[in-house]
Amino acid sequence: MTPATVRPQQVVTPWWRNRRLIPWLVQAAVGLLLLVLIAFLVGNLVRNLTAAGLLLSWSWLDNPSGFDIAETFLPFNAGLPYWRALLAGLVNTIRVVIAGLIGATLLGTLVGTAAFSSNGLLRRLARVYVELIRNIPLLLQLVFWYFVVFMALPNGEQAIQLPGLVLAKSGLYLGQTQLLDGVWHGSLRFTVEFGALLTGLVVYTGAFIAEVVRGGVASVSMGQWEAARSLGFSKLQTLRRIVLPQALRVIVPGLNSQYISLAKNSSLAVACGYTDLYSVAETTLNQTGRAVEVVLILLGAYLVIDLLISALMNGLNRLVQLRER
Amino acid sequence: MVPLRRLASAIPLIASLALVGCASEGGGVQSQKLALINSRGKLICGVDGKLPGFSFVESNGSYSGLDVDVCKATAAAVLGDASKVDYRDLNSSERFAALASGEVDLLSRNTTNTLGRDAAGGNGLNFAPTVFYDGQGLMAPKASGVKSLQDLSGKPICVESGTTTELNLADRMREIKATYTPLKFQTGDQTYAAYLGGRCVAVTSDRSQLAGKRTSFPDPAAHDLLPDVLSKEPLSPATVNADPAWSDAVRWIVYGLMQAEELGITQANVEAKVAEAKANTNLADLRRFLGVEGDFGKQLGLPADFVVQAVKAVGNYGEIFERNVGAGSKLKLDRGYNRQWKDGGLIYSPPFR
Repeated sequence: MTPATVRPQQVVTPWWRNRRLIPWLVQAAVGLLLLVLIAFLVGNLVRNLTAAGLLLSWSWLDNPSGFDIAETFLPFNAGLPYWRALLAGLVNTIRVVIAGLIGATLLGTLVGTAAFSSNGLLRRLARVYVELIRNIPLLLQLVFWYFVVFMALPNGEQAIQLPGLVLAKSGLYLGQTQLLDGVWHGSLRFTVEFGALLTGLVVYTGAFIAEVVRGGVASVSMGQWEAARSLGFSKLQTLRRIVLPQALRVIVPGLNSQYISLAKNSSLAVACGYTDLYSVAETTLNQTGRAVEVVLILLGAYLVIDLLISALMNGLNRLVQLRER
Repeated sequence: MVPLRRLASAIPLIASLALVGCASEGGGVQSQKLALINSRGKLICGVDGKLPGFSFVESNGSYSGLDVDVCKATAAAVLGDASKVDYRDLNSSERFAALASGEVDLLSRNTTNTLGRDAAGGNGLNFAPTVFYDGQGLMAPKASGVKSLQDLSGKPICVESGTTTELNLADRMREIKATYTPLKFQTGDQTYAAYLGGRCVAVTSDRSQLAGKRTSFPDPAAHDLLPDVLSKEPLSPATVNADPAWSDAVRWIVYGLMQAEELGITQANVEAKVAEAKANTNLADLRRFLGVEGDFGKQLGLPADFVVQAVKAVGNYGEIFERNVGAGSKLKLDRGYNRQWKDGGLIYSPPFR
């Protein structure tokens, strides 16, 4: 009598209790719902836009813009098409964003490390700067820089003149400068509008970056400072060679979001008369009445700028992360 | 994370177009907008709010000005009460999105009537009769020695962005082959602050606006309006294309104010004129105009006595002009083109019949 071998019964799980299938099904259902919702909204938008006679069209981009732009990197005049105007605005935005990123990083790093200075006055000054600046809205600061600080600059012959440099109410002139008919000319010129926006962005974002840097430096253990000191490193050398490289791991991810904010905040340029992408788009929108297209272009442009900054910062982040061995 | 403010004003338009199930039914005499205003009991009127003479918030918080009086007249004609107006301050870039999205019923904000704004393929507005014939001008400090457009060659000029002004300036400067630097600002306040701060040699806008703003300068006498007139600027109230019945109502309320002046009907004597019309059945024109007989009000979806209500609230067109921008105001503008046609001006109401 051989005992009947009890074969393990083939367990057939019903599909509604399948732990692999169910989450998948739920996700698919939610995804489908989302797609239907989006399709509904887009369909509705197109239907209503058609009814209102506002269906997307891009041919207007080739029409002459008919307006001038105060300062451009690329040559521009009113006879050129809208897309050239938007491009000139985009270049102006990128110009101020790049200068702003560099300035804010330098200022932020200086102030952030100043928080660890043995000089009490410097430490307190850094604290006051951070608390003062990050608690006042950027728009107000821009208006302050432009209308209060830069507007107070003297004009014409009273302008501040140094060899190869003139600072007047209309801007900063470098190189060969001369005064013609009450207007300054120079080989290189930065307008006060650019100056005010750049100053505002650098000072504002610098305060946030200072806090990120301070957090990063504080994350490096005291032992590192002491070890470097016992090896005969000076304080500055310790900071540069030992502490900052380690702090970067903590700093870089935090910097990313500050950089992105700076790029987005640059759209406040119109508050101080700087002709950035946003300002050009606004004029374009008003003249063409193509609200939806212009807004789409704006959305796309800022999205691309910010994604680019993100991608660069993520690359940098991978470089500075600790490699486990 | 500062929001894009101007963008935000366009988003409701897109959002409402995406979310609204069905656009206006259209057709029929009954206007959806009129029905909405009647059920709401208030007219929502888009104005500038910072322009003395046209729409300005007084120190006691009330609005005054020529544009404001158009809002009041409309509210009086539709609702029988000139105080039933909610004002929305709009800057020049926000105004069309606010009107298109239905945020305001009526745009009475020194807006120039142009093809691009009127056309269905453009901004899609419907313009009421012009309430102020204006022209673009330039203002410069007396001390600057600038006397004409030519003197501005190579100099910075302050201008409000999103206005016809910006375009006209570019066109005229191209005509005289002069280079210049346009400094664009989003609001009138910023534009004039930059001008007063000395950043620009001149500021350009409609001549009436320049005259109005000048009254609020620290030293109005130190600024000159240049003789150059760069453009025609017929300033007109506007409504959306989508509701023609509402546009008709606004159009004829404004014509009513003009016709009242032509017929010598004033705020003071309107009641007496109504009594006269009621007493004398021979005065057919007057009786129809004041709604004593006929159904003009009904045809427009308005009360029969809509003209009487409007004139009682703000006076006729001439009274509105003199009180806000003419001899009775700080601006002291001449009637100029804004005289009645009988006096050689352009103010002309089609017949009420």
